[in-house]
Amino acid sequence: MPVAFDEMKGTDGAVRPAYSELSNWLSEVRPDVLDYRRREAELVFRRIGITFAVYGEADAQERLIPFDVIPRILAASEWTTLTRGLEQRVKAINLYIKDIYGKRECLRAGIVPEDLVFQNPVFRPEMNGQKVPHGIYVHVAGIDIVRVDADTFYVLEDNARTPSGVSYMLENREIMMRLFPELFARHRVAPVDNYPDELLATLQSVAPSSSPGEPTVVLMTPGVYNSAYYEHSFLADKLGIELVEGRDLFVKNEIVYMRTTQGPKRVDVIYRRIDDDFIDPLAFRPDSALGVPGLMSAYQAGNVTLANAVGTGIADDKAVYSYMPDIVKFFLGEEPILKNVPTWRCREEEHLSYVLDNLEQLVVKEVHGSGGYGMLIGPSADKATIAAFRAKLKSAPKNFIAQPTLALSTCPTCVDSGLAPRHVDLRPFVLTGRDRVRIVPGGLTRVAMKAGSLVVNSSQGGGTKDTWVLAG
Amino acid sequence: MLSRTADNLYWLARYVERAEYLARILEATQRLTALPLDTVGESNEWESAVATAGCANSFYAIYDEANEENVTDFLAFSIDNPSSIRSCFEVARTNARAVRTALTMEMWDAINGTWLELKRYGNGPTSREEFSRYLRWVQESSLRFDGSAYRTMLRNDAYWFTRLGIYLERADNTARILDVKYHMLLPAQEHVGGPLDYFQWAAILRSVSALTSYHWVYRESLKPWLVADLLILKEEMPRSLASCYENIVRYLDDIGSAYGRQGPSQRLARGIRTRLQNSRMDGIFQNGLHEFIQEFIADNNRISQTVTQQYLA
Repeated sequence: MPVAFDEMKGTDGAVRPAYSELSNWLSEVRPDVLDYRRREAELVFRRIGITFAVYGEADAQERLIPFDVIPRILAASEWTTLTRGLEQRVKAINLYIKDIYGKRECLRAGIVPEDLVFQNPVFRPEMNGQKVPHGIYVHVAGIDIVRVDADTFYVLEDNARTPSGVSYMLENREIMMRLFPELFARHRVAPVDNYPDELLATLQSVAPSSSPGEPTVVLMTPGVYNSAYYEHSFLADKLGIELVEGRDLFVKNEIVYMRTTQGPKRVDVIYRRIDDDFIDPLAFRPDSALGVPGLMSAYQAGNVTLANAVGTGIADDKAVYSYMPDIVKFFLGEEPILKNVPTWRCREEEHLSYVLDNLEQLVVKEVHGSGGYGMLIGPSADKATIAAFRAKLKSAPKNFIAQPTLALSTCPTCVDSGLAPRHVDLRPFVLTGRDRVRIVPGGLTRVAMKAGSLVVNSSQGGGTKDTWVLAG
Repeated sequence: MLSRTADNLYWLARYVERAEYLARILEATQRLTALPLDTVGESNEWESAVATAGCANSFYAIYDEANEENVTDFLAFSIDNPSSIRSCFEVARTNARAVRTALTMEMWDAINGTWLELKRYGNGPTSREEFSRYLRWVQESSLRFDGSAYRTMLRNDAYWFTRLGIYLERADNTARILDVKYHMLLPAQEHVGGPLDYFQWAAILRSVSALTSYHWVYRESLKPWLVADLLILKEEMPRSLASCYENIVRYLDDIGSAYGRQGPSQRLARGIRTRLQNSRMDGIFQNGLHEFIQEFIADNNRISQTVTQQYLA
C-alpha cells in the first residue's frame, strides 16, 4: 500500500501552512493538559447524552462515538474547490433523479444502464411522472470525501437519502470552543453554527406552493430506538420545529396534520429521517408501524413536501456511483470538479476478471450495503476470508463493485501512546433549496481510531473530529 | 404542542414525583420499624407500606409475606414492579429522551444524571445505611429535577403540563397515605392516644415532610384530627389535597386561557377545589373520613383521565 498523505506533515515531513499554528501549539501544550481535556470532552458528551445505538449489540444500547480533540484543518483554497465540486455534484444528482422519474433521457442516451435503475430495489415506481415541489429531490445531501494527496479529493460515496452526522459537526465545534478557546484565538476558523438556520431556510423554501401562509415544518423520526435519534432531537431543537413520530401525524383529505394539544395542525414540509420503506404502510411496507397511512397520497397530491423526496436512493446506490462522472457531464455539460475513486463494476465481465485476479489489493463493496458492513478489504483480509468472498462475488457479481485500496490521508490524533497519524474522511453537508444551494464551511470528519485501519464508520469503532475551515 | 410531547412531559413529572413519594414512604416505614416492638404495636408496617404505594395486588402476586427485604426490593429496586423507584426513573428517563427538545438542558441533565447514577446502586443495598443514603438520593434527585424545571422552563404549556403531572400525582399520593392510615386519624372519644399512636402520626407527617410544619401551624402536640386537617384542608401545606387542587386548577386555567378554550378538565378540577374549600374537618369526620378519601381518589383519577382525553391523546 502506498504511503499515506499526512494532512499536517505532507509526505516530506514539513508542516503544511494550514497546520502551522496547530503544530506550534501541540509542541507547547503539556501532554497531561491534553489528556485532561480529552477526558473532560468525553464527560460532556456522556452527560449531554450524545449517544448512538449499534444495531445487534445487546449490551451497548447507547454508546459514545469516540471524539478526538485534535482538529482537522482545511485551508480556504481547498474548501473553495470542494464547495464548487460539491455544488456541481448535487446539482447533477437532482437533475438525474428528476430525469429518471420523468423523461429518462439519460437512459435513452445510454449514460446509465436501465436494469441498474429499474431492477434496483430503491427505485420507486410510485414516483414515475410524479412532480415534486419545485423540482428538488435531494434537499440534504451528505457527500463522503476522501483525500489521497495534497491536490486530490475523491468522492467516496453520495448520501442522498437520510444522511446523518451533522449533529456531530455542530456539537464537536461547541465542545472544542469550550475546551480550547486559546487554540481558536490563534486561528480564524469559519463558523458552522448557522447550519440550523440554513437548513430551516432551505426547508421553508420548498414548501408546496399550495400551502397557506407561513409553512409548518416538522422533523420526522422513527423514534427513540433509532441509532440517530439523538441527532433528530438535537436538530428539531435547534430548528425550533416539532420532532414528530408517525403516530403524531395523520392524513385527511390528502392533507397532513399533526395531533397537538390544541387539535389538528396542518403540516407543509416533512424533513423525514425515516427510510422510504417505512413512511407509509399503505404505499410501502404494510408492516411499518413507524409511518403515516396515506402520506404518499398527500405527497402525490402535492400538499406536502418530503425532504428528501421519495426514491432518491437511485442516486446514491453504490452501483450507480461509478456512473456519476458521466451523469455530471451529461446533465451539466461540465467536467466533474470532484473525481470518483476509480471503480470496477463487477457486473462487467472484464472488470470482474480483473477484480477476481486482484482481490488481495482491492476493496470490494456490496452495492446496496452501508455502514461498512459486508465489505472486503483485500490487503488486511486472511486467505480464508478472501476465498469465501471470492465465492460470494462469483455467485452474484452484479451486487459488487471494487476499488483500489486508497491510502486515505491521515491527521494527528490522540491515542493512548500520544499523538499518532490516523486515517480520516470527510462528510460535508449540501443543502438545496428553491432559491439556492447552501454549504456550511465544515462537515463531519470521521477518523479510524485503530492504527492502520481504513474503516471510519462509527458502527465499526470509528471516531470523529472537529473540522476547521480556515477563513481566507 | 404535540399531544405526545405533552403526554410525555406529564408522565415524566408524575414518575419523578412518584419515585420521591416511594422513597418517603420507605423512609418513614424504616423509621417506624426501627422502634422497639412494644412501642409500635403488632401492626405490620411493611404491609401498610405496600398498601400505601398502591401496589398490593402486584406485590402479593410475587411474594407471600410483606417483610423488610421483600418490600424494600419490590418498592425500590424491582424491575418487575412498574412502579418501583427504579422503574419510575427508567420510565421518566425514557419519556425525557422522547421529548428532549421540550426539556431545558438543566432538566435533561437532572434526569439523565439520575439515570446514570441509578446504575451505581444496582439491584439493592448492601446495608441499611446504604439504603438510607439511597432514599435520600432519590429525594434529592426529585428535588433537583423539580427545581431545574421551576427555574429554567419557559412558562408555557410545556411547563403547565409538567406541573399538572406533579400535582395530580401528589394529590393521589397524599390521599393514599390517608386511605391506609385513616383509622389512626379518627378523633378518639376517650383516650388521647398512647405512645404507639404518637409515632404513627409522626410517621404520617414525616412521609409528607410536614412534621415541622405541623408545629408551626397548630402550635400544639400531635392530635390526629389536626393531622388530617393539615393533610386535607390546609392550603398552605404543600402536599395537602387542598394545596394540590389550588395548583391543578391554576395550571389548567393557564392552559385553558392560553388555548382560548375551557373544557371538562377545568370544570371538574374547580368542582373538587370548591368542595375542599367548603369542607370542615368535623363535617368530614361525621360523614366518614374513609368515604371522603375514597371519593377523592376516584375524583382525582377521573380528572387524570379527562386531562388525557382533552389534551394528551
